[in-house]
Amino acid sequence: METKSIMIVGVGGQGSLLASRIIGNVLLSQGFEVKVSEVHGMSQRGGSVVTYVKYGDEVNSPVIVKGEADIIISFEQLEAARWLPFLKKGGHLVTSTQKIDPMPVINGAAVYPDDIIGKIKAQGVDVIAVDALTLAEQAGTSKASNVVLMGVVSKKMQFEESVWQAALEQCVPAKFLELNKKAFALGRAAE
Amino acid sequence: MKKLMLGNEAFARGLYEAGCKIASSYPGTPSTEITEEVAKYDEVYAEWAPNEKVAMEVALGASVAGARSFCAMKHVGLNVAADPLYTAGYTGVTGGMVIAVADDPGMHSSQNEQDSRHHAIASKVMMIEPSDSAECKEFAKAAFDLSEQFDTPVIVRMSTRVAHSQSAVELCDRVEKDLIPYEKNIQKFVMMPGNAIRRHPQVEQRIEDIRKYAETSPLNRVEYNDTKIGVIAAGISYQYARDALGSKASYLKLGIVNPLPVEIIKDFCQKCETVYVIEQLDDIIETHCRKNGLNVHGKDTFSLLGEISQSIVREKILGETAEFTEFPENVPVRPPVMCAGCPHRGLFYCLSKLGVMVSGDIGCYTLGATAPLCAMDTTICMGASISGLHGFNKARGAESEKKSVAVIGDSTFMHSGMTGLVNIAYNATNSTVIILDNSITGMTGHQQNPTTGKNLKGDPAAAVNLVDLCHAIGIKSVRVVDPYHMAETEAVIKEELAKDEPSVIISRRPCALLKYVKHNPPLKCDHDKCVGCKQCLKIGCPAISIHDKKMTIDHTQCVGCGICTEMCKVGAIG
Ligand SMILES: Cc1ncc(C[n+]2csc(CCOP(=O)(O)OP(=O)(O)O)c2C)c(N)n1
Repeated sequence: METKSIMIVGVGGQGSLLASRIIGNVLLSQGFEVKVSEVHGMSQRGGSVVTYVKYGDEVNSPVIVKGEADIIISFEQLEAARWLPFLKKGGHLVTSTQKIDPMPVINGAAVYPDDIIGKIKAQGVDVIAVDALTLAEQAGTSKASNVVLMGVVSKKMQFEESVWQAALEQCVPAKFLELNKKAFALGRAAE
Repeated sequence: MKKLMLGNEAFARGLYEAGCKIASSYPGTPSTEITEEVAKYDEVYAEWAPNEKVAMEVALGASVAGARSFCAMKHVGLNVAADPLYTAGYTGVTGGMVIAVADDPGMHSSQNEQDSRHHAIASKVMMIEPSDSAECKEFAKAAFDLSEQFDTPVIVRMSTRVAHSQSAVELCDRVEKDLIPYEKNIQKFVMMPGNAIRRHPQVEQRIEDIRKYAETSPLNRVEYNDTKIGVIAAGISYQYARDALGSKASYLKLGIVNPLPVEIIKDFCQKCETVYVIEQLDDIIETHCRKNGLNVHGKDTFSLLGEISQSIVREKILGETAEFTEFPENVPVRPPVMCAGCPHRGLFYCLSKLGVMVSGDIGCYTLGATAPLCAMDTTICMGASISGLHGFNKARGAESEKKSVAVIGDSTFMHSGMTGLVNIAYNATNSTVIILDNSITGMTGHQQNPTTGKNLKGDPAAAVNLVDLCHAIGIKSVRVVDPYHMAETEAVIKEELAKDEPSVIISRRPCALLKYVKHNPPLKCDHDKCVGCKQCLKIGCPAISIHDKKMTIDHTQCVGCGICTEMCKVGAIG
C-alpha cells in the first residue's frame, strides 16, 4: 500500500499529542508501519503546532511536506488556513470551528481573516467543519475537543469503531476514559 | 511485542536493556525524554544534574566505578560539558559510557543551529547516529558494547525528528551487567601532563582502530538499487533520501559518523555514477569525501541552513515539485507566547513599563522579548544574563547600574547563573538580578531542579534556599516579590535599582501549568463598563482580545490570575 499521511494542526496546548497517539495506535493495531512525528518544546507554548502521522507498507520520512497530506485535522480555523498547502489534491480537511487570536492579531498588527472555511471550500477542497469545542463541553470539558475531532475523523477512515475504542483505552488515563468516550461518540455523530 | 515509541523513549529502552545503571542529565529539547523515560525503570538510577558538565562528570565517575553509565543533553549542552568530554576521551572508561546529544536543525527550540559532530571530531570520540526509533534502541545498546570494546565514551547523535518521532520498536529483556571491579589506575585516570602525554598517542591509535572497525561494522550499510544516483547519508537525512528517491538510487547509510570509513565510501563512489552527500547542517561527510579525493555533490546542492525534507531532495535531485492549494489571503503568524496565568508576565510588564535594559537568559521567560512586552535586550546562552549584565555595567558605569537588570529562571540560575552572581559580588557592580522562580524548569516541560524540593522521580529532596544562597554569595539586599502583584513588584524593582549595592529580587510564583496550582474561575469583562481603551492588551495575554471594540476573555484559556484587573482603569474585569 502507498504511504498515507495525516496531519494534525492546532495551537500549542490544545492536545494534538494525544490525538496523534490515538491515531498512531489505531494504525499500528491494523498492522501498518507507522511513524508519528510530534513537536515538543518552544512551540508548545501557544504557538502553531503540527503533528504528522504516516502509515503504509513502508514509511521513511516521518514528516509531511506540501501537497502530501491525505487528511488534515485542524483544531483551529486559522491553523487550517496556514497548513492548507500541505493537503494533497482531493484530500480531506476536518476542522474545528474554534478561533483563537494569535498575538499579532491581539496586538492589532495583523487581521484574523474572515470566513476562512468558506474561502477554503471555494478552492474546491472537501471541508468538514465541526464545533468541536461546544461538543467537548457537552461531554464535560473543553479539553476534549481533540477527541471529538477523532470521532469525526474516524468516519473518514476505513477502520471499525471498536478499533478506535481500543486505542482510546490505551491512550487515555482510566479516570478520564468515560468522558473521552462520550466526546468521541459526539464527534462520530456530528455533521 | 511491538510498541510505538518516541525515538527518545526507545533510546531509554535501549539503555535499560543494555544494563545501564546510572543516568545523569540536564534537560534540553529535544533530548529531555530519554532521561525521563529511563527514570521509569527501577533498575536504572536516574537524576537531573544542575547542568551538563556535572551530568557528564557523574556519568564518567560511575563508569570509573565499573557501571554502565549515561548522560544526555541538547547540542548546546555539549558545549557546557565539553571540558569533561575532551579529557574523558583521554582516560577512556571502565564501565561503558554513553552520551546522547540532540541536535536541532531548523531550531525548533534552540538558540543556535550548531552541528555536534564537530565536538566528536575535535574530542576524537566515537559518534553514532540512528535514523528511527528501532535504531535508537539498537544503537544505544551497541554504544555500550563499543564503549567497552574500544575503551572510549561513545556519543549518540540524535536530531529533533528522530528524537520526537514515534515508530515501532521490538522490546527485549534487560541483560544485567555486574559492576566491573574497581582498580586504582593512576596512569589512566589522573590526567596530569606526565600521564596525559602517554594517553594521547593511544587516543590517536584508538580513532584509527575504530575507523578500521567502521569499514566492516553492521552499523554502516550499503543498499544497491539503480546506481545512476548514489546517496551517502546518516540519521534522518537517510530517511528523507529514501522517501524521495526510493529504488531510483543506491544508498550508503552511515551509522558511524565519527570516525568516517574510507574504503566503503570509495567503493560506493566507484559503483555509482553521481554521488550526493545528503547531510543536515555542516558539510562534514562531504569534506571527508573530498579529502579522500572523491568528487561528490553536497552543499553545492543542499543548504547549510535548517532541515532537509523529502521534497527538498526530490526537487534538488529529480527536479520534481509538488502541486498544492494556497489559502488566498495572508495568514497571520502564530509565535509562541507566555501562557495565560504565566507568572513571568507581571514581572515583564513592570520591566517594559520601567524601560530598563534587560540582560536576558533562556527559558519560558525569553518570551518576554516578544511583542507587546519587548522587555529583553540580550539572550545568548544559559547563565549569560548575569555575567553579561556585570560586563555591561562595568563598561557603562554607575548610570547604567540604575537602569538595567538581569532576568534568569530558577533552573538556569542553578545551571550557570550563580557563578555570574559570585562575580558580581566579588568584582563589585551594583547590578540588579531578578530570579524568576516559578518552582520548575518550565521551557523543557516541567523538570524538577535543585530549588524545587523534589528529585527526578518526584520524591522529596533537599531544596536550595535561594535567599540564603544569595546571601552566602555576598549579596546583602535580597527581596522576594509575587509577580501577580504588579504595583508592589514595580516598587521593589525601583528601590533595588536605586541602591548603591548589588541586589537580587526573587520573583516567586509557581508555573500556572503545574498540576498542584489551583486556578481561579475565568474572568469576564463587563461590556457596559469596558471603554475599549486597550490598556489590558499591554500585558500580552493570549486569553485577551478585542472584538467589536470591547475586551473579551477566552474562557478556555483564562486561569483567573487577575493581572488584567490591575490594568483596567474602569473596573470592567471581574
Ligand atoms: C546549555 C543548555 N542546556 C539546556 C538548554 C535547554 N533549556 C532552555 S531553557 C531551560 C531551562 C529553563 O528553566 P528555568 O530557568 O527554570 O525557566 P522557565 O522556563 O521555568 O521559565 C533549558 C533546560 C539550553 N538552552 N542550553
